[in-house]
Amino acid sequence: MLELQHISYNVEQDGDNKGILHDISLKIDERFVAITGPNGGGKSTLAKVIAGILTPTQGRIFLDGEDITGLDVTQRARKGISFAFQQPVRFKGLTVKDLITLAAGKPIGVPQACGYLSEVGLCAKDYIDREVDASLSGGELKRIEIAMIMARGTKLSVFDEPEAGIDLWSFSNLIQVFEHLHEKINGSILIISHQERILNIADRIIVLAGGRVENDGPGREILPTLLGDTPGVCSALTDKVR
Amino acid sequence: MDAIQKSLLEQVAGLHDVPEGAYNIRANGQKAGRNTTANIDIVTKTDKDGIDIIIRPGTKNESVHIPVVLSQSGLKDMVYNDFFIGEGSDVTIIAGCGIHNCGEQPSEHSGIHTFHVGKNARVRYVEKHYGEGDGSGENIMNPTTVVEVDEGGYMEMETTQIKGVDSTVRKTDAKLGPRATLVIREKVMTHGKQLAKSDFTVELDGEGCHTNVISRSVARDQSKQVFLARINGNAPCYGHSECDAIIMDQGVVSAIPEVTANCLDAQLIHEAAIGKIAGEQLTKLMTLGLTEKEAEEQIVSGFLK
Repeated sequence: MLELQHISYNVEQDGDNKGILHDISLKIDERFVAITGPNGGGKSTLAKVIAGILTPTQGRIFLDGEDITGLDVTQRARKGISFAFQQPVRFKGLTVKDLITLAAGKPIGVPQACGYLSEVGLCAKDYIDREVDASLSGGELKRIEIAMIMARGTKLSVFDEPEAGIDLWSFSNLIQVFEHLHEKINGSILIISHQERILNIADRIIVLAGGRVENDGPGREILPTLLGDTPGVCSALTDKVR
Repeated sequence: MDAIQKSLLEQVAGLHDVPEGAYNIRANGQKAGRNTTANIDIVTKTDKDGIDIIIRPGTKNESVHIPVVLSQSGLKDMVYNDFFIGEGSDVTIIAGCGIHNCGEQPSEHSGIHTFHVGKNARVRYVEKHYGEGDGSGENIMNPTTVVEVDEGGYMEMETTQIKGVDSTVRKTDAKLGPRATLVIREKVMTHGKQLAKSDFTVELDGEGCHTNVISRSVARDQSKQVFLARINGNAPCYGHSECDAIIMDQGVVSAIPEVTANCLDAQLIHEAAIGKIAGEQLTKLMTLGLTEKEAEEQIVSGFLK
């Protein structure tokens, strides 16, 4: 279980101390939790704080009761947190197999690596030896990023806007992967998304706006409020969905 | 050959023992072994130090190994090797130089390799440079490669220098005939106070000829590298050079492009990218559980693979 206690994150901007996250406290234990909300609401910052990429200005983070606030990215990864980037990173020279092997943390055979690629809808033999460089499309990179998370198989997997940067056609194919993802990953999935189809399969939805938790509850209760005519959060959400 | 020389041989040519096919092994400036085949002849030069490697026209799928190893500190070795690649042949040539210097004096190997690639011939030339030894003497290598590719010929040149060479100036001069192709792939890693300079000149003389000069390099510690690619388009042709470098610590890399189109139908492109390892690349690998140092090693070894 992931627990955030009174997390705040501030940045210095033009001499001012600007708050991005304000006193966020959450316990996340469900299988599939979505965080949504308008752009600039602090979602990606929160994901980076969980992964250890950003250090909170205040507050504590616990994983299964252990205080991990002082742990860096590597240490948190080893404790069982995976993080899928909003913009997957390209590497000249490293192949898909190299990255999946690093993700698995042990030498794995080609059939096993190919298995992960097939799960995310990539024809394994076409991709396994490809370099993860500029020759891959945004959609392909996202799928490889997800395959890496599967190969890690950690207790918490955080996805930062998997729909960002890819066209809707590619995403509608990718969504099927997410619909079955929780069956493949034995742990909690925390996904930042604006996509209705993702929110639709979430056990719980947390709405983050202005750096604060604006709404939080079971998916079936929160989703209708987001798709209604309420201004603010909802228009930002439905704009993205369109 | 002794154990040190055998170990050098393994580093530069991947050889545990004498290779299959044609070979000429040079150790401490002397011939240490030679084998010729029905199609590949190796002849000692009479006017200067070196050999002629003569590949008969039409020779297919054969290889020649010509490694050089130096384990005697302070030795200055200079060699002239000429390769005559017969018309329509398809061969692989594996060269390489390994120096083990445990003394005070600099050890130096300079080779001038001249390739005459015949009409429609294909050749893959692989050259590895490696230095080791705990003495204070420097390991110096200054290879010069001269290439002439006849009509429709194809040459691929892979050069690698990963470790232990203190100073190197690599000079490559090439002339391409009609529809000839030259692909050069260079991989260099320097560390300590090493210096590596590569100086490529390609004359694109024949109509429809093509060159691609690609360098990937990593400069660590206080090392310095210079990449100079000069491509002259003298006919309707295509030329591309690319320098991609990672700098670390206080490493310095200069990329100097020079492309000259002497013909209206010459298409020439130069690309260069120099920079440190991107922070997001390190972070990504750290989210997989690697430490920053391990992440750096993975990125560098992938980049130079």
